[in-house]
Amino acid sequence: METIWAGIREATQLLLHRDPYVLEITALTLRVSGTATLVALVLGVPIGVALAFLDFPGKSIIVAAVNTGMGLPPVVVGLVVALMLWRSGPLGWLGLIYTPTAMVIAQALIAWPLVTGLSMAALQQLDPRLRWQLLGIGASSWQMVLLLLWETRLLLVAAIIAAFGAVISEVGASMMVGGNVAHHTRVLTTATVLETSKGNFALAMALSTILLLLAYLVTFALTSLQQRARRL
Amino acid sequence: MTPILRAQDIRVTYRDHTLLDVPDLTLAEGEVFVTIGPNGAGKSTLLRVLAALQRPKRGWLYFRGNRIPWRRALSYRRRIAVVLQDPLLLSMSVYRNVALGLYLRGRWGAPVRKRVMHWLDQFHVAHLAHRPGHSLSGGEAQRVALARAFALEPDILFLDEPFAGLDMPTHLEILADLRRVLRETGCTTFLVTHDRDEALALADRVAVMLEGSIKQVGTVDDVFLHPVSEEVAAFVGVENRIPAHIVSARGGRTHVLLPGGERVEVLGEFDGTGDCLFCVRPEEIRLHPMSSAPLPPNSLRGRVVQSISLGTQVRVIVAMGETLWRVEVSRSTWRHLHLKEGDDVYITIPPQSIHLLTGSAAVTQGKDTPYP
Repeated sequence: METIWAGIREATQLLLHRDPYVLEITALTLRVSGTATLVALVLGVPIGVALAFLDFPGKSIIVAAVNTGMGLPPVVVGLVVALMLWRSGPLGWLGLIYTPTAMVIAQALIAWPLVTGLSMAALQQLDPRLRWQLLGIGASSWQMVLLLLWETRLLLVAAIIAAFGAVISEVGASMMVGGNVAHHTRVLTTATVLETSKGNFALAMALSTILLLLAYLVTFALTSLQQRARRL
Repeated sequence: MTPILRAQDIRVTYRDHTLLDVPDLTLAEGEVFVTIGPNGAGKSTLLRVLAALQRPKRGWLYFRGNRIPWRRALSYRRRIAVVLQDPLLLSMSVYRNVALGLYLRGRWGAPVRKRVMHWLDQFHVAHLAHRPGHSLSGGEAQRVALARAFALEPDILFLDEPFAGLDMPTHLEILADLRRVLRETGCTTFLVTHDRDEALALADRVAVMLEGSIKQVGTVDDVFLHPVSEEVAAFVGVENRIPAHIVSARGGRTHVLLPGGERVEVLGEFDGTGDCLFCVRPEEIRLHPMSSAPLPPNSLRGRVVQSISLGTQVRVIVAMGETLWRVEVSRSTWRHLHLKEGDDVYITIPPQSIHLLTGSAAVTQGKDTPYP
């Protein structure tokens, strides 16, 4: 019990005094997970659009793979990315192992199926005749896709929330490809693991609190965006 | 008649099943062309193909003589506008919904604003301009969908059962507005409906579509009074289709013997002798009480079997031996006749209202329209 109270006191202190170590870790966490979510969006939404609207042989196999990917264990992704980026691995010459870029790659791979699967589902629940209607008032194929995405924007924001939530709270892959190097690749989750193993429960709690707060704030911002869109 | 759109050799299939088979169809500049047919006849598929929303298995479209490439149909689609059964408005304001088609064409600013407000006004929904598209009632939304189409000032307007989901008063109000706007603009229109009354209200030409192919094209009178086959007759509401026998045809008249031996005169000389199908619409037949004299020609004696109220009309079933005649009269006419079930009555069939199906068309008889 004593540990918990001490932890809460220290966490409050760290937060109030804007501890540089904690700030640095927090900034990197936001940067890595934010970039990874963005990359997943850019790669994932077009594939979601393609899977929702195109028919081709083997589509159901890909859809099933994407849906499986939505529950991809981060450590598996971490292992695969680590093998690829390892100095002797196929992409080792890029020198990316134990860099924030490697963490972005791993996290983007975790978020990608989530974005693809959710945007596909969102587009598929639209009235299929809406496509005919949009073409029938003179939309080009591109304009049609953009308008359909506009129609599903509430669900797309939900997909972003899910993707960001998944990567910011992920620890296994970040540890494996980032290496939890101080001042370089240490993020809130990996730092929490380290501090807990060292017995620094107070610091671990402070970091966890920040993690929760961060996840909440980002989700809150996205949710307000979503709810404002709903009233449009 | 200047052709604006020609469809040739159109065929749509699903697996081994032919959904649509239209060898040749031409829309004339400025006409209102109405395709009627029961649900599942392929009318909507035809509309989507003609509007280049769906690529058929085979066939081509020619717009003002130029073939439309199926893969690059955008420039054609930007000359037309489509209204479907459901308004399918986007989640943006009514104003933006109507302006959207113009935005998609890269048009902005004051002329767009003027045009959008003009068409919202024409369909009596200008006051809703700033409401969200999803907050409207069915009738309001369909008015907005019509405004959205007309705001594009299309060369051809495609309407797919635009009134099907609406209640009767709303249906009639919007139909009247559409009729007025079509008269004023002279816009070439292709309308699909299962409602014969809509065809009667709007059509310059009517096509009857059954089981994926067009069975007859012609003016409203052609199709509704002179169907080419029994199946077309059945669909357009020619409910009295009675096997009969042609006795003679000369001097612009044909004489026919009905099953009970009654002799009836028909205007026009019909080819062929022998068996035919005697076709007459229920609303063309008149009823006379037994006391009335003198009777007009073609008056036959029968007995009232049943009367069924259809709102403003009354449907009367009159038996003449084995034959049942379906007659439709207005409610007030029915009141003045003072008839009840079991009474004897004369039915009069005007010679000009009778259509005879002869030759092979007469053989397909047997399918009876259930009544009322």
